[in-house]
Amino acid sequence: MDWSSVLIDGLLATIGPITAAYAVSAIGLNLQFGYAGLLNFGHVAFMLVGAYGMGIAANFGAPLWLGIIIGILAAMALGLLLGIPTLRLRADYLAITTIAAAEAIRLLVRSSWAQPLTNGVFGIQGFAGPFFALNPFPAAELYGFGDFVVTGRKLWVMIVGWTVVALMTLLIARLIHSPWGRVLKAIREDEDATTSLGKNVFAYKLQALMIGGGIAGVAGILLALEQQNVTPDAYLPKITFILYVIVILGGAGTILGPIVGAVVFQFMFFTIDALMVNAQANISWVGDLLTPAAAGQVKLVFVGIGMMLLMIYRPQGILGNREEVLIDER
Amino acid sequence: MNAEHPMAGVPAQPGVPKPDPVLVANGLQRSFGGLRAVDVDHLEIPRHTITSLIGPNGAGKTTLFNLFTGFDEADEGDWHLNGGPLAGISAYQVARKGMVRTFQLTKSLARLTVMDNMLVATKDHPGENLWGAITGGWKTTEAANRERAVELLARFGLEHMTDEFAGGLSGGQRKLLEMARALMMEPEVVMLDEPMAGVNPALTQSLLTHITGLRDDGKTVIFVEHDMDVVQEISDWVVVMAQGKIIAEGLPGDIARNRAVIDAYLGQHHGEAAS
Repeated sequence: MDWSSVLIDGLLATIGPITAAYAVSAIGLNLQFGYAGLLNFGHVAFMLVGAYGMGIAANFGAPLWLGIIIGILAAMALGLLLGIPTLRLRADYLAITTIAAAEAIRLLVRSSWAQPLTNGVFGIQGFAGPFFALNPFPAAELYGFGDFVVTGRKLWVMIVGWTVVALMTLLIARLIHSPWGRVLKAIREDEDATTSLGKNVFAYKLQALMIGGGIAGVAGILLALEQQNVTPDAYLPKITFILYVIVILGGAGTILGPIVGAVVFQFMFFTIDALMVNAQANISWVGDLLTPAAAGQVKLVFVGIGMMLLMIYRPQGILGNREEVLIDER
Repeated sequence: MNAEHPMAGVPAQPGVPKPDPVLVANGLQRSFGGLRAVDVDHLEIPRHTITSLIGPNGAGKTTLFNLFTGFDEADEGDWHLNGGPLAGISAYQVARKGMVRTFQLTKSLARLTVMDNMLVATKDHPGENLWGAITGGWKTTEAANRERAVELLARFGLEHMTDEFAGGLSGGQRKLLEMARALMMEPEVVMLDEPMAGVNPALTQSLLTHITGLRDDGKTVIFVEHDMDVVQEISDWVVVMAQGKIIAEGLPGDIARNRAVIDAYLGQHHGEAAS
């Protein structure tokens, strides 16, 4: 059993660009779910639309910066489109609509009908060149110490990714600590009471859905740049639920919760993964018990147990306020 | 009742015109399926008074409240606040126009502090729109609102709870908070939906004092109530509803002796078995 390699693999994945992209997306979801109380079960669709907005714009020859803006605007437009018919209704209508829309959009972009635009299941490539052209680090150079190293290419994506995380966190902190954010929290608590205090609840919910969606679009763009590829099957519904796990794990309705949640979740996920793979290869009875493929699946069992323990012993998440969670809805 | 009662001389009959009405409704109708929940021909609410709206369960009092405040849509009819039409105007705009309501089941914003509950209740706060929130420049309004909130919380005896979560308050404290919060909107008309429901007698007295205090501050108060004794004590005018219609209006002392009201409360045939 090689403990140091387990730990190093886990840590490297934890600080990697995927974690940053998940953290960004979770920041958007936290605005909607944690602060405004919106049940958006199709968050991954906003990431998809952001990434495809950029990819399709690039296909039409738009420069990367313009593609990124188009991607973000498209994700916000999706919020508008889904929000207008549903946000006046009860909360569950938004949940149903978003979960259905997310899968519908994914199936649409991978269909042969949309292939001229989206290239179907093969996805869009060849847009990330200008992004890596900006990389000041030699792409093949190794940075770090000992076995804890990343390539210059990865370092560049990491720096950009975590910078975006910081910027989005600052944006949310500014919004939440303003009277606008207070109205959002009031809506989460009771829509009728907030209406009776002269607030246009629908407009606020729409704004939260669009801003959170735009932030998810940014996350989708980050993921696409990292992978230099936009494919429909990178946006499966399970991503939405991983993001919910991240938000709840970190503490819904806290500013830093999504970041802490993303880091802890990814660390748990990748460390358990590395542990299982390592144990399967090096410990004979584990090797007899599990095939290499099964060892990878067992990690999900442990992640599930971890989530259950968290919900039982710390329902407010890592950063949440216990007192706040224990207030019953009277 | 003293001699210069504000409503003295107004005839006690349904739909009677008042000297200075703040709220006027005409031909207001609302049906749920086959049930006509509200069917009001004409109603005027006198300014700077406490008008109570009473009636048996299912009389349509809360529905009428919901129509007035935009929380429900009328099938027909119009109603005016200070002469300005309110039909078709959404609930949040009604609140901004100066008619603020509370709810039968108290709606405190549980996971907001008492202070934040108060601060949400504001009109035209530059920090409440997205642009203002990002660019800043709302601190002056915020400070002024906070000052008013501190005063109101002190008046309602909640100053020691300022930084507690509203969800941690007792039932009675939440009623007080809801009333204080409504006042933050600087309303002209305060509509209280059964403020005394489920409140112990000691707190009822305190709530009544606060309600008369609202009138003395120059607000118009409309409140829904079952309990005739409570109504007697503080109302300037009483409107009685039954089966969606206004069946009587008058001074509180007269209403208690009104035949139609007694019939509505007790059933038309009460007393006949004994005779």
